[in-house]
Amino acid sequence: MTKFLAWTAILLGCLYFALPMIGMAEFSLSMRRDAYSLDAYRVVLADPRFQATFLFSLAMALVTIVFGVLLVVPTAVWVQLKMPRLRPVVEFITLLPLVIPAIVIVFGYIRLYNTSGWLPLTGSVTGTNILLMFGYATLALPYMYRAVDTGLRTVDVATLTEAAQSLGAGWLRIMATVILPNVLGAVLSGAFLTLAIVIGEFTMAALLDRPAFGPYMQVLGANRAYEPAALAVIAFAITWVCMGLIGTIARLSKHKGA
Amino acid sequence: MTASPRPSAIAGLAGRWIGLAPFVLFTGLFLILPTLHIVIGAFRGTDGEFTIQNILDLNTPTIRSAYWVSIKVSFLSALLGCLIGFAMAAAMVLGGVTRRIKGPLLTFSGVASNFAGVPLAFAFIATIGPAGLITAYLRTEFGINLRAYGWNLLSTWGLIVTYLFFQIPLMILIITPALEGLKREWREAAAILGATGAQYWRMVALPILFPAILGTMALLFANAFGAVATAIALTGPSLNIAPILLYAQIRGDVLGNPNLGYALAFGMIVITGLANAIYIVLRFRAERWLK
Repeated sequence: MTKFLAWTAILLGCLYFALPMIGMAEFSLSMRRDAYSLDAYRVVLADPRFQATFLFSLAMALVTIVFGVLLVVPTAVWVQLKMPRLRPVVEFITLLPLVIPAIVIVFGYIRLYNTSGWLPLTGSVTGTNILLMFGYATLALPYMYRAVDTGLRTVDVATLTEAAQSLGAGWLRIMATVILPNVLGAVLSGAFLTLAIVIGEFTMAALLDRPAFGPYMQVLGANRAYEPAALAVIAFAITWVCMGLIGTIARLSKHKGA
Repeated sequence: MTASPRPSAIAGLAGRWIGLAPFVLFTGLFLILPTLHIVIGAFRGTDGEFTIQNILDLNTPTIRSAYWVSIKVSFLSALLGCLIGFAMAAAMVLGGVTRRIKGPLLTFSGVASNFAGVPLAFAFIATIGPAGLITAYLRTEFGINLRAYGWNLLSTWGLIVTYLFFQIPLMILIITPALEGLKREWREAAAILGATGAQYWRMVALPILFPAILGTMALLFANAFGAVATAIALTGPSLNIAPILLYAQIRGDVLGNPNLGYALAFGMIVITGLANAIYIVLRFRAERWLK
């Protein structure tokens, strides 16, 4: 009886998850009236705006990841070594982006960093791109910090740092050659999650008026029938690859640790 | 602590704080300050004076209904997400379904909980939209016109059904460790005392899990409440919910009063903040038993 109910729950749940996947795949293949074809994908991939916006978002993700790692790893190490009592406070701050909706944060950016403010970031294209990158780093902060902090707890940072210092290493060297290799798995997990978040992000990019992949998808969705489904399949594949890589990294680092 | 700190102690303190400077600077400028700016703006009049008029002005039919629909969508998608996610997680952990399903289901949950935004809306339009796979199939094969039965993807329920795609997996991811934390001894102890399976659930397992379930529900609520992209891609600017109204306000001051926009955003922070406070408190209580 329990077994029957359990299987029913699982199967109904899987049906709910499978149908939209099948629907979007089927729709993306039906651009030609009489037969399945990859026409929708061909049209999308050949669209210069697709290439431009996708590359923009990809570049944005990479810059965000580099910035996030440079910000989060030293901070997490510092908190663990020098100010462990501040850990709950820092942790709380890193979780705030999950509490404050992204649309509210970007609303604050637009009002605070416009051309009449003291830091007119939205006045130029480069400035707006930087602002968007900071916004993405904020969105990714909870995931990045959690990943790195968890990774750091499994290594003895204090001993490693002291050993490196007594061998004459400076902080930069310690970070790059001692700490980073030890938390590489955690950093990569955070990086791929950041990539998954940034690549299709809509709200911040649209409100800051940047030519990113998310707003492009939305505009295409309002005007076309089959191409959006192809985009959805592509986006789903990217998310899947990111999560798959995170899983693989977790398995590999577990093997190493044992 | 009574003696005045020596210069080296001050230097040491400054030296300790210097490592936190980049983090403090970044979160201060790009997280705390923008949020504070909104909060303060909500209590400011056009000349910068303190007022609660903006908050009072939120009480118009449009804004009231926007908040109300948002709360309804978030609450129902959180409630259903919790129930369905719990059922699936319980079936996976305790229900005797093959253990081989656990890995794939958790991996898929990780993917699906992150598959939000514009593409998610496309997937549902392609499936149960006006020309979607299921809609067309039911019409041609069974002559069932979903629209005639009142189904409309571009509606409150359409939004709820779509949001469930990331709500259920999130529930599965959070509740599975809690379910695995239920000790075998508790069930055996209950059985020895003569409890039936239903009694064990009603009097032992559910009371222990309750804070975790309720807490996750608060998290799911906040998660749905702040979602903008899925709603806009699904319905365009037509559906009147709080995040879409705020989006339109930021783009073109549709409310005709910039300070009212701050108040609208402030209201959203209050609601997601409350939901998260509930989550944190209940999570704390849940961890007392599930160690």
